Amino acid sequence: MSAEVPPAFDPAAPLTPTGNLRRRRAFSRFAEWAATGAAIFAVGVLAIVVLGVIGHGASALSLDFLLKGEPNGIGPALLGTAEIVAIATLIAAPIGILIALFLSEFGAGRFARIIKLTLDLMNGLPSIVIGVFVFILIVEAQETQSGFAGSVALAIIMLPIVARGTMEILALVPSSLREAADALGVSRWRTTLTVILPSALGGILTSTVLAVARAAGETAPLLLLSSVYDGGRASLNPFEALPNIPTTIYRLAESPSPGALSEAWGAGFILLSFIMVTSVTARIVLARSREKTAR
Amino acid sequence: MSTAANPAPGVGVPAARDRRRDRRRSLDRLGDVLLYGVCALAALIAVAVLIGLAYLIVHGASPAISKFGLGFLTSTEWQPSFSVFGAGTVLFGTAVSSFFALLLGAPIAIAIGLYLSLLAPKGLRIVISPLVEMLAAIPSVILGFWGLIVLAPFVQKHIEPWLHNNFGFIPLFGPPQTTGSSVFTASLILTIMIVPIIASISRDLFLAVPRDVQDGASALGATRWEVVRGVVLPSTFSGVVAASILGLGRALGEAIAVAQVIGAGEKINVSLFETGDTLAARIANQFPGAITAMHKASLYYLGVILLVISLVANLCAQWIGKRFDYQRAVAK
Repeated sequence: MSAEVPPAFDPAAPLTPTGNLRRRRAFSRFAEWAATGAAIFAVGVLAIVVLGVIGHGASALSLDFLLKGEPNGIGPALLGTAEIVAIATLIAAPIGILIALFLSEFGAGRFARIIKLTLDLMNGLPSIVIGVFVFILIVEAQETQSGFAGSVALAIIMLPIVARGTMEILALVPSSLREAADALGVSRWRTTLTVILPSALGGILTSTVLAVARAAGETAPLLLLSSVYDGGRASLNPFEALPNIPTTIYRLAESPSPGALSEAWGAGFILLSFIMVTSVTARIVLARSREKTAR
Repeated sequence: MSTAANPAPGVGVPAARDRRRDRRRSLDRLGDVLLYGVCALAALIAVAVLIGLAYLIVHGASPAISKFGLGFLTSTEWQPSFSVFGAGTVLFGTAVSSFFALLLGAPIAIAIGLYLSLLAPKGLRIVISPLVEMLAAIPSVILGFWGLIVLAPFVQKHIEPWLHNNFGFIPLFGPPQTTGSSVFTASLILTIMIVPIIASISRDLFLAVPRDVQDGASALGATRWEVVRGVVLPSTFSGVVAASILGLGRALGEAIAVAQVIGAGEKINVSLFETGDTLAARIANQFPGAITAMHKASLYYLGVILLVISLVANLCAQWIGKRFDYQRAVAK
């Protein structure tokens, strides 16, 4: 390539680093420190945010705060969030698991590729766009906000997460299980329902829990779909606007009064600890059930 | 199938056995078809949701699309009371805030990926990897709230004056404003959101680089950095770019956290320390209060733009990442 002639090798020269080598080593050490620093930075930011939420939020907690309604509690919002996320899970989990089954048991060819692409695109949709879609689909048609509309939006957010997680677990089910069932003359659907699904059940459940952890904190869709409510009244009817934690935090955060801010920190503390605990537990269980499934 | 091939003597009456077998066979055929049908139906639902989503949003935006046309993209007028709308300001805010988030976030995230895959001792790696992913699990509303109460005042008091005093000759670093709600703060929050995404993907990419190629470079006298620069980064380049585009897509579409800290500005400002607005944040801020049909249709129009941007970003990431997936399949 280049016309440069490399310096002739002198076997008698001493084996000490020349200036150039010292510079290269120093740069390499600098790069190592920079990479380590970046990792420390990320962990530091996590610690600052989490400790900030704990520090401000823990003092707001009391039994009354958790059970009573507004102005001094978030009881109805907790119940509302639980309802919205539960209905979303009931919609997203079966469809997501069936899609994963389709892709891993029957899927090949062009249709399967389209489905995979659809899941990826769905996963990349901004949650506010999903909120706008469900607003037009349900809220505009019914002319009222509802917790159910929120559930549908959250279900769209959860669907690709459940499907992807289930697919990864199903791929770990040893093919010897399928082959053994085939050799015994068991039909496809019996194999799927009685052999493959049960052996992957633990992993499927934990990836659903991970999707729940993701959906519980989603605010943008709920801001459009279930944000005009009476925060003092608990409701079990999902076809009216349900109080919920994310929009409560969003609303209180804009308020100038220090009492509201402390409530927002309290609600944030509850939400963050729920999400952290569920996703950490789910990850640990998932790692274990992966090993178990693959065995 | 084979159960009846060699009828053993004394097992049931032949006619009854045949009936049982036939019933079982037709049940099996039915079950297979049913299971396939249900699964395919679920898959079709996913496709239908995506198509329906695109159709309904474009349909909802059609009054604004037909009134403002493509001029909507460049017009900077947004006056709901006069029914005049244009996306220029928010497009600018979206581009600037996401660009700076990527500029700050991508190098940090790639460095974290390198640390986790090549430098960290195993014990530290299994602790730090999940912690970095935890950062992605923080809900945006909490991050935005923290940004508003804790980060924005800090940025306004310390970081912005410092940047202004030392680099004030660059128009980007104008005089700090009073609240700390600014495009700059929004970029910092977005940086925090995209770092874990890019970091965890690039960690997996770097882990898949074959060990013997790296050892070969070391044996030729390359320092650790030169191994990274000469072997690891070039062989994973397309994957890292795809990961960055995914992170960028996430930043472009983030509504809540940005709406909380960007200050809902109405003008295009060169200085990062002024307020601004993004596509998603504008929808989140104004949607609940939009009364006139044209205001709503214009917000839908912003949604259409956001949808197109996110689809394009994801398709790009897919297309660029495909090359990498192929390499990984070969490497395994």
